[in-house]
Amino acid sequence: MTLIDLANPTKFLALTARVLPWLAALTAVLLLVGLYQSAMAPDDYQQGSTVKIMFVHVPNAWLSMFVWGVMSLAALGTLVWRHPLADVAAKAAAPIGAAFTFLALVTGSLWGRPMWGTYWEWDARLTSVLILFLMYLGLIALWRAVEDPSRAARAAAILTLVGALNLPIIKFSVDWWNTLHQPASVMRMGGPALDRAFLVPLLVMAVAFSLLFVTLHLAAMRNEILRRRVRSLQMMQASQRSA
Amino acid sequence: MTVLAALIRRDIRIALRVGGGALIGVLFFLTVVVLMPFAVGPDLALLTRLGPAILWLGALLASLLTLDRLFMADHDDGSLDLIVMSRTPLELTCAAKALAHWLAAGLPLIVATPVLGLLLNLDATATSAVALTLLAGTPALTFTGMIGAALAVTLHRGGLLLAVLVLPLSIPVLIFGVSASQAAITGPLSFGTPFSILCALSLVSLVIGPFAAAASLRHGLD
Repeated sequence: MTLIDLANPTKFLALTARVLPWLAALTAVLLLVGLYQSAMAPDDYQQGSTVKIMFVHVPNAWLSMFVWGVMSLAALGTLVWRHPLADVAAKAAAPIGAAFTFLALVTGSLWGRPMWGTYWEWDARLTSVLILFLMYLGLIALWRAVEDPSRAARAAAILTLVGALNLPIIKFSVDWWNTLHQPASVMRMGGPALDRAFLVPLLVMAVAFSLLFVTLHLAAMRNEILRRRVRSLQMMQASQRSA
Repeated sequence: MTVLAALIRRDIRIALRVGGGALIGVLFFLTVVVLMPFAVGPDLALLTRLGPAILWLGALLASLLTLDRLFMADHDDGSLDLIVMSRTPLELTCAAKALAHWLAAGLPLIVATPVLGLLLNLDATATSAVALTLLAGTPALTFTGMIGAALAVTLHRGGLLLAVLVLPLSIPVLIFGVSASQAAITGPLSFGTPFSILCALSLVSLVIGPFAAAASLRHGLD
């Protein structure tokens, strides 16, 4: 089995059918471990127990950007190689990414209320993530506006690549503008600024959420492929009837 | 070159004729500015403070309103297919069409700004600051909006979608346009920093817009 074989939708379906249960089980185990560790993590000397929102908030925020990155790669696959599986990957990822972004916004605002005294603040990071959420919604709307899937894929791919310009703005917004949101403390030059007691559960949760994304994404891709098969069968049937 | 010049002349002439819709944008701009005092109250001091933001918001909405004209009319009468099939590179054609659209629909907004500034009780410095930032920023609105217009024209019911697709891309332009004009009026930040970012946004969209629009026209129309 090589990478090329994976590009064949039938082989893809067969492989994911075998892999998915294991992946889902691994995700569940890791999520449980991560949640347990997060619950056991000590309170922060400044923030008290509210710091635990971080273990859900930060992975969601990372994933919200990561998913757009995955979609940008898929968009390249669509435009350069015109590969149908890339279309499927991009389409299946968009609602999942929107959900992660929404959760990042919600958990962030729940964390912001006790820490900053406000649910929402128009600072650079929050605003740029909100824009990312709007872009996800626009992209989903674009997918749904076109009936022919391969045409929709090409239009969406162009929009995805243009929207990818927003990713570095979000990533560096906390460094470029001096705002309420704290600057990067894990992925930064000179190593993480977080204590081990917080860093370990955070990384476990990050891996668990990434696996959750992979699981959901593969499952959604399977659904999408099957949906397209149903669609083409219906079209064949309709053309036979009319002939 | 003559092909592009002819295209620009044609587009401007169509836009300025009856039903061309270029001056609708200015009318809409006026409406937004006139509605503001009814919404926030006729307090002149408050209007002065909000003035640059109101003018920028009005210009942005007006340019969004006219964007779907960029390709839609050509698509309806079939000339867009001829344009795509012609030997001139589609990226250049897109850039020329956007330039024509900016000259016909964007430039009148800037010309109207001093008059509308009077209504909002802005002084000469404030008005010229807003006009200058609009001059630097509206090309970015047109050239990023062109991507949305090209995507929308290849769909059948793209009109409403256009605003949803374009709005996120135009937010940075709005932020830096307003902050540059505020800096010129009240300080204490310097005018130069946000203004150069605004110019940079316009230049970036000048590079990206034509390519993305040409790609989506090519992919969408076949």
